[in-house]
Amino acid sequence: MPSKRKLLQTALIALTYLAIWEAVSLLVGKELLLPSPLSTLSRLAVLLTKGDSWLYAGLTLLRIMSGYLLGVLAGVLLAVLTARSRFAEALLSPLRAIVKASPVTSFILLALLWLSSDLVPLFISFLMVVPMVWTATAEAIIQTDPRLVEMGKLFGLSRRQVVRKIYIPSVLPQFLAVCTTSLGFAWKSGVAAEIIALPQKSIGFMLYQSKLRIETVDLFAWTLMIVALSMLLEWLLVRSMRRIRHDV
Amino acid sequence: MTYDVISVKNLSKSFGGHIVLKNFSAQIPLCGVTVIRGASGAGKTTLFRLLLGLEKPDAGEIVGMKKRIPAVVFQEDRLLPWTTALDNVAIGSNEARAEAALSRLGLCESTCQLPRELSGGMKRRVAIARALAYGGDILFLDEPFTGLDEENKRIAANALLSANVPILVITHDDAEAELFGEYCEIVID
Repeated sequence: MPSKRKLLQTALIALTYLAIWEAVSLLVGKELLLPSPLSTLSRLAVLLTKGDSWLYAGLTLLRIMSGYLLGVLAGVLLAVLTARSRFAEALLSPLRAIVKASPVTSFILLALLWLSSDLVPLFISFLMVVPMVWTATAEAIIQTDPRLVEMGKLFGLSRRQVVRKIYIPSVLPQFLAVCTTSLGFAWKSGVAAEIIALPQKSIGFMLYQSKLRIETVDLFAWTLMIVALSMLLEWLLVRSMRRIRHDV
Repeated sequence: MTYDVISVKNLSKSFGGHIVLKNFSAQIPLCGVTVIRGASGAGKTTLFRLLLGLEKPDAGEIVGMKKRIPAVVFQEDRLLPWTTALDNVAIGSNEARAEAALSRLGLCESTCQLPRELSGGMKRRVAIARALAYGGDILFLDEPFTGLDEENKRIAANALLSANVPILVITHDDAEAELFGEYCEIVID
């Protein structure tokens, strides 16, 4: 449980930023360019009373989280494969380099040719997460102290026990860190993919509609919802990671 | 078939062109304590690693090690940094044996501590306790008493002797060798 002092500090920081936002909004003086925090929050409150908003947020969440989780899984499998086999590393590393170096919009446009608009955000989130998890996990596997592995084998551990007792705890800190970092990337690229691919029931579609109709307050309210969802997910992830680290 | 000696015949090993062992032969008795001596870089640890099957010789052979179950104290502590002293010691055995071994070495108060919370000497004793708890049929000790004070050296030597299995020990220090009482000596030049 966060302490009272910490809660107070967080509230003060939030209030400071809201005050700055309000001041700049007053200075600009046009809701069309920069809506005030009050109008944004009231619009968000209205959106939250509508069942459709929850549906769109839920579907966006489903698309991005599916891509993210599949990406983490694929990243781990590729990391194990390339850390164990030099040939696999030589064969697959160019693919990783291409995905890392290419602009995300190129992939979104390509994915639009290959997939239905509903699957594009999932695919893009997947594509952003895979190289990140792959690189960090493979590095962590390679950096596992070989002397500890040697010790484990000499003390009679089976291959499975070496993995469970030595490799997993050794790799875990780097793996959990990259899971947190890549969640943010999955979220941002997934929403960007929605804005371009425009799946009908999505936050990205609503953002695009707001921009099209020049409804800046809506644009801000939906963005605020994205930020809140992203922060909530990260908080949940960090909490479950703490539990995992404690259990292992 | 069992052997009463480990027979090392014409063993050679080099790393990247640097010869570490050349035509080394010895009979290592499988009883009591055998101290392996030699100058720094003479190949003592390499001989250990060859005996343990961790390295392959370039030439020569070792007879009499295949069916052995070695328990090892490495030159480094090699403790798992993320787990407690007790779990480190129990890695190849079980909690009861681990607790007994830790207690034997005066570490019953430190079972729940992580390696980073232990002093150098305590970590060394945890590494010794791990070898004792494992219960192999031969003990390989590479500079086992590094970082221990005289009292703990004596306690550790007695604990190791009480395992009642053949002991192979690398040490530079005559006084440390004498803690084991009578011993055979093999010198690598």
